[in-house]
Amino acid sequence: MRVLLVDDEKELVTTMAQRLALRGIDADWVTSCEDALKSVEAESYDIAILDVKIPGLSGIELKKKLEEKCPGMKFIFMTGHGSEKDYKEGAAEAGVEYYLVKPINIEFLIEKMHKVLEK
Amino acid sequence: MSILKRIKPAFWDHQDLISGPHKALFNFRRIWYATVLLTSAVVLLPLITMAVIDYKVTQHNIESAILLRTARLVSNTQRTISFFLDERRAALRFIEQDNTCEELKDPERLTSLLEHLKKGVGGFVDLGIIEFSGLHVNYAGPYNLQGVNYSRQQWFKEVMERGVYTSDVFLGFRRTPHLVVAIRHDLPEGPCYVLRASLDMEKFNDLLSNLEMAGRGDAFLINREGLLQTPSLYHGKVFEKVSLPVPEYAPRTRVLEWKNASGLPLIIGYRYIADTPFILMVVKQKEVLMKPWYETRIELIGFLLASITIVLIVILGGGTYLVNRIYLADQRRVMILHEVEYSNKMASIGRLAAGVAHEINNPLAIINEKAGLIKDLLSLKEGFADKEQLLDPINSILASVERCGRITRRLLGFARHMDVSIQTVNLGDIVQGVLDFLDKEAEYRSIAVSVDIPGDLPAIESDRGKLQQIFLNLINNAFAAMEDNGHLAITAKTEGRDFVSITVADDGCGIPENDLKRIFEPFFSTKIGSGGTGLGLSITYGLVQELGGKISVQSEVGKGTSFTITLPLKQEQKER
Repeated sequence: MRVLLVDDEKELVTTMAQRLALRGIDADWVTSCEDALKSVEAESYDIAILDVKIPGLSGIELKKKLEEKCPGMKFIFMTGHGSEKDYKEGAAEAGVEYYLVKPINIEFLIEKMHKVLEK
Repeated sequence: MSILKRIKPAFWDHQDLISGPHKALFNFRRIWYATVLLTSAVVLLPLITMAVIDYKVTQHNIESAILLRTARLVSNTQRTISFFLDERRAALRFIEQDNTCEELKDPERLTSLLEHLKKGVGGFVDLGIIEFSGLHVNYAGPYNLQGVNYSRQQWFKEVMERGVYTSDVFLGFRRTPHLVVAIRHDLPEGPCYVLRASLDMEKFNDLLSNLEMAGRGDAFLINREGLLQTPSLYHGKVFEKVSLPVPEYAPRTRVLEWKNASGLPLIIGYRYIADTPFILMVVKQKEVLMKPWYETRIELIGFLLASITIVLIVILGGGTYLVNRIYLADQRRVMILHEVEYSNKMASIGRLAAGVAHEINNPLAIINEKAGLIKDLLSLKEGFADKEQLLDPINSILASVERCGRITRRLLGFARHMDVSIQTVNLGDIVQGVLDFLDKEAEYRSIAVSVDIPGDLPAIESDRGKLQQIFLNLINNAFAAMEDNGHLAITAKTEGRDFVSITVADDGCGIPENDLKRIFEPFFSTKIGSGGTGLGLSITYGLVQELGGKISVQSEVGKGTSFTITLPLKQEQKER
């Protein structure tokens, strides 16, 4: 499975990519919307993990654009703004199944990625 | 004192301690004073002025009428008396002109003239002829006065000098009161004789005694020395000095007021009767004449006092009512101001907390990932010395990160719903959310918190933020009322088909019965001075009402207090 991590916090996405790699998951990371769009043109990904707020576009808008370019791509949102209580609301709004609140346990994230891809 | 306390309006002792100097718009006591005094002045001054003017005018008119009546009586009576005397003088003048000196010196002729006078004019007693030497030469009448010499008497001198004379009432030679009228007969060569007649006092007195007078009136004649000439009812006997001063000469009728020796006010009308020594006096008692006025006066004053009383009652009642309404409206204004401030404060805190939580969550995520990476590397690489020693602190870091995450999530969850919005909420979640904030305090103070909310309690349509505030206030209050090791019980159940009720019960100090009625009033606080605004329960009450619910309280001093909130399952649609 190929994963694209999008978040403006470089430290976060690089570390996450490293940790996913240690678990045998191939993850690329970008810190802007433009880079994300360029990445999907260059390569294909099974799943993208997006921050809700990325400079340039909102996570939901980015999701729409990415979906246009790669139909069939799956998404998981993550956010620093919100609570577990918002989880359902946020997920419905974004049209995704999972809307995870930072900080995220990596095993928990992997579990959810598998679930999304199984569908 | 207690009556005064009972009728004292609420605003009287109001001191705007809590709202502060800039929010106290009104000084209610001053408004009350201004309203009551100004209205009283505007209403009562004209009323009293009118009443006083009316009183004075009416009194003056009545007094004038009395004086005028008296003056008229005096004038009429004077005319009667003058006429009486003139008539007799004219009769004498006729005799004097119609008879020669010789005829008059004839006793038979004189007797017959007297008889004619008595029949024709009346009032004559006798008739006499006196020579200018003063000798009484002829006399007709009941007394034997012939030969008496009058030359030295004052009246004779006067008649000789002025030609006509009317005497005082006097006793004279005959020793009975009588009145003399005399005229001088002149011949071309000089004075010849004097024709003199005595008049009947009875007939003369009748003129006065037959007058009808109100006010215990008394009419009589006095001479210029103040001796009574005719009988008086109240002021002495004939020939006695009258008990009043002799009024000063005036050519016309005059009326004056006078107080007698015992201070009784009298109305005195008098007239100097021309060509006689008489002064006609009519004396009336003012008190008796004014009696109808005094009765009217009591009615007038009574009416005025009743009007003033009614006006004052209306002004006091109306003023107090209006100022009290302003006071209540102002209380409500201040309360709403506080509510708005409180909501704004909560919203600001909420936004601040959300901002902080968000800012913390990102670095927290980085720490989480970095520590996780270290842990991953340690776990994956075999044979690393001191591995266990490093794993311990890393696990500790990850646990702390997780704890921080829980806190920020809780903060965000609490802060997010400050805006008004009706949504389906689970009461159990909200209560738990509030308790999460207070669990540290409960832990420190060893307060046992039991929550018994049935799992099948229906979710309700309500405002999450408001419910949070309601429970936060109630639970905070309960904590404040309890000693350490207290017990707080939160229970919930359905009430009929459309309501649920939640009870927050503590076993704290309880609320005295007197305070119990007032705890939902704004600014009622037993914590004033220790930071309480007295608004917590008032705001809670307002919030519960806004959500269409009710709040009630039971309390027993020393045993604890329980607040019960009843909330509707569904919100009624209303304009927003």
